[in-house]
Amino acid sequence: MRGTRWNRWAGVGLAAAVLLCAGAASAQESHVGKYSGNAKAGKINYRRYCIGCHGPAGDGNGENAPWIDPKPRDFTAAVFKCRSTPTGTLPTDQDLYDAVTRGFDTTNMPPWMPLTVVDRVNLVAYIKTFSPKWKSDKAGAPVEIPAESPVTIESVLHGRELFQKMECWKCHGPEGHGDGPSAATLTDSKDRPIPPYNFSTGTRFKCGNTNRELYRIFMTGLDGTPMPSFADVIKPADAWDLVHFLRTLQPLVTPEATVWKAWVTTHGNELKPIGPEQAPGVGQ
Amino acid sequence: MRTKYISMTALTLVAGASLVALAGQPPRPASGSISGKITYTGTPPKMKAIDMSKEPSCVKQHPTPVTTENVVTGKNNSIQYAVIYISSGDQGSTAPTKALKFDQKGCQYIPHVLAMQVGQAFQIINDDPTSHNIHPLAKVNPEWNKSQPPGTPPLNAQYPKAEFIPVKCNVHPWMHGYFIVLNTSHYAVSDDDGEFSIKDLPPGKYTVTAWHEQFGTQSQDVTVAGADAKGTNFVFKAVPY
Repeated sequence: MRGTRWNRWAGVGLAAAVLLCAGAASAQESHVGKYSGNAKAGKINYRRYCIGCHGPAGDGNGENAPWIDPKPRDFTAAVFKCRSTPTGTLPTDQDLYDAVTRGFDTTNMPPWMPLTVVDRVNLVAYIKTFSPKWKSDKAGAPVEIPAESPVTIESVLHGRELFQKMECWKCHGPEGHGDGPSAATLTDSKDRPIPPYNFSTGTRFKCGNTNRELYRIFMTGLDGTPMPSFADVIKPADAWDLVHFLRTLQPLVTPEATVWKAWVTTHGNELKPIGPEQAPGVGQ
Repeated sequence: MRTKYISMTALTLVAGASLVALAGQPPRPASGSISGKITYTGTPPKMKAIDMSKEPSCVKQHPTPVTTENVVTGKNNSIQYAVIYISSGDQGSTAPTKALKFDQKGCQYIPHVLAMQVGQAFQIINDDPTSHNIHPLAKVNPEWNKSQPPGTPPLNAQYPKAEFIPVKCNVHPWMHGYFIVLNTSHYAVSDDDGEFSIKDLPPGKYTVTAWHEQFGTQSQDVTVAGADAKGTNFVFKAVPY
């Protein structure tokens, strides 16, 4: 009799403890694949490898920050460029893990592949302690990416039309050189100057270099930067066409560039230049 | 005062419950209002002419060049686009279901300042023949950034938390506005004569706050006793830079 009562109380206590831990610890944890990360463990590596740029408070004001451009991410704002989730939502743990793993090309953030998978997952958990948003909000649902359409000249040409119609050229420039009419005035959400991507450099995209990752950028936008989400205004098939065209702007050997070059040598003079709408007869 | 109000409400509730035929909510004793004028002393900054030459389709829409709108003044030193709201006191009712409108026309935001309640729906409309990206720089609320090409349907949005959010369009850097998200349903935006009126206020003590994007905030205590508390004026000190 006494034993049962004791057991019952112990059970209640245990349940309460589990609930409390789950509530308090959810923001201190991360889950990537089969791994679970722990913020306390992540802090050790953060203070060794990340603190110099991202700072002790995670606000991007580390001692190296003044000499770095683009600036280190401010984790207290919980706004991230590279996400699989819609604009205005938190990224998934996998997104943060991918960012730490991949690094950011053309910035001071290197790939952290020398750290073990568990170390990186732990870092993700620690990064999530810098903003209360990780406790109040949930990560967004990843955008769906349908299978890629075949690379054809029709697809590339339609993508080119969209580049004109969606006014990508206003920032990225008529030839993708990052020199559009609005390029010089672009600022990020902290009012710091930020250049649009220059396709002619051929450098890897910051959020991953596959066609799928390029597609994803239109749909998610790069939060905290001038690059908006087109999720509400571009259809999946159109977005793939745009991806195919963008690849032709890079000085790289890609299936898209091959198809494009073969066509342009014979049809180049049929193309209307990209840019502001011109009066008929002008520039022809 | 308060006990009287509570007991009256209780009475109304009892009466409402006993009379089955009497449907709906008990009437709120909301007869008072606060009104006044927003003005400045000193010299306000001169608004700069906007060079829209990079967007010819917007230049065409303005027969006379437009200026920036961070300080819009009128006759007798009046200030437009100040937001006046109850910061302490009765917070009113939940947000109305009718969506507010925020228009992009001639590469300008109309209205320049859109005040709304937490959770209130609003629509963002593009009336220009050019693409805009709507980029509200929220910090407490989620920060999103969406493209809106010409001819696309209105964007529906709402904010879950109170915040003063600057809005910009990255493509057209001169475009600048505000979303003012408030906890209260008692608010007003000063008109082109600097005048405002907050209606439907139950009698009681209030703190009224006036906010202006350039001149900051001011508060004063006002007691509403049924009639209109006229002359709740705010005077901002203007500096030319």
